[in-house]
Amino acid sequence: MCIGFPGKIVSIDQDNYAIIDISGTRREVCLDLIDEPVTIGDYVISHAGYAIHRIDEELAKDKLDLLKELLENEIH
Amino acid sequence: MKFIDEYRDPSLAKGLLDRIVKLSKQINETVTIMEVCGSHTYAIGRFGVRKMMPENIRLVSGPGCPVCVTSIHDVDVALHLAAQKNVIFATFGDMLRVPGTHGNSLQKIRAAGADIRVVASAADCITLAEANKNREVIFMGIGFETTTPTIAATIMACCKKGIPNFSVFSAPKLIPPAVKALIEDPSLNIDGFLCPGHVSTIIGANAYEIIVQAGRAAVITGFEPVDILEGIFMILTQIVEDKKTVAIQYSRGVKPEGNPRAREVMMSVFYPGPSEWRGLGIIPESGLAIKETYQAFDALKKFTVPETHSVEIKGCCCGNILRGVITPNECPLFRRTCTPLNPVGPCMVSSEGTCAAYYKYH
Ligand code: SF4
Repeated sequence: MCIGFPGKIVSIDQDNYAIIDISGTRREVCLDLIDEPVTIGDYVISHAGYAIHRIDEELAKDKLDLLKELLENEIH
Repeated sequence: MKFIDEYRDPSLAKGLLDRIVKLSKQINETVTIMEVCGSHTYAIGRFGVRKMMPENIRLVSGPGCPVCVTSIHDVDVALHLAAQKNVIFATFGDMLRVPGTHGNSLQKIRAAGADIRVVASAADCITLAEANKNREVIFMGIGFETTTPTIAATIMACCKKGIPNFSVFSAPKLIPPAVKALIEDPSLNIDGFLCPGHVSTIIGANAYEIIVQAGRAAVITGFEPVDILEGIFMILTQIVEDKKTVAIQYSRGVKPEGNPRAREVMMSVFYPGPSEWRGLGIIPESGLAIKETYQAFDALKKFTVPETHSVEIKGCCCGNILRGVITPNECPLFRRTCTPLNPVGPCMVSSEGTCAAYYKYH
């Protein structure tokens, strides 16, 4: 039930609700619980009608590259 | 799909699996890893992770499905509230088919005339209450730390808007006290925990220090196959190197400090108290009740609930399933009288329930 899904912010209204795009599906989520400023184009994780986390794209990419590198280089 | 497909890459999964096999050969004993989150249980079943594991790596499921751990008493109270006159009872869909004492369920009483609505968010109740001003909307407030801030934010929004006909039957639960109970249970011997991704989005990494202090490994893990395999790999690394820490595999979804704002919202509406878990019994400080400031939104204050004598379902072993003591195959009713179409216990109802996941994928 704690399912959360990543989506991209398409618009934000004056009541602090955002429309997010989850590969083609659009949903409305409330931004009241997110703990850092977000803007259009940001990816957020949403759960039960609320965005709960902003995904740091750079960090995610770096981490994935690092994993690929580790696996390729047989470090372990 | 961005932030999903990359974590389903077969070559990454294969690479991780090879490392898991290598590491497992460096360990002589059986390693027991528990996933605490129902979404992990579901994903492990769906992607066949359990079957991929080397012989000495055992994956067991814990109490991570909020519907499953809701006590039968709370189910009975929900059934009572939902049957009241002039009430619209709003709930997450998973709760509908969970049987209470005498086999009643929200679905059954709905068929008999109760007005029960399935909502995707507590916030949906705001519109529902505004559109039905002469009726009482009650929301079934179950969930862990991921969901509870959303319930709290909804209560705060209703308070601000002055909505008088909305209340919550508060039955949420907190994960760390349950993890502590599992560590202390002598019948269990868990070497490492795959800690729940989205609960940790809110509570952060510190909350799991108790695991490390007890000498077990802890890795906060995401929900895609690469995430889960990397989580297992990280646990095995901690065991082989004998260096236990709370590590974050799911760093794209979890910051070490969690989400303090969501916690603040949650704790301005709720306060911790004892809570009864199916299978684990009453655990101190593991539940949340509504503070006095918001008691106008507390269904248990607004409505009188008579003393109910709740009785566990006969023959159902959900209690032991939720503690990871047995697997569904060991329940005599599994696949025989108990199936997803005809669930005897809650673990067969929700798709995140261990019995339902085993039924579908094993
Ligand atoms: S198989 Fe059915 S009866 Fe057995 S423990 Fe699971 S839910 Fe309960």
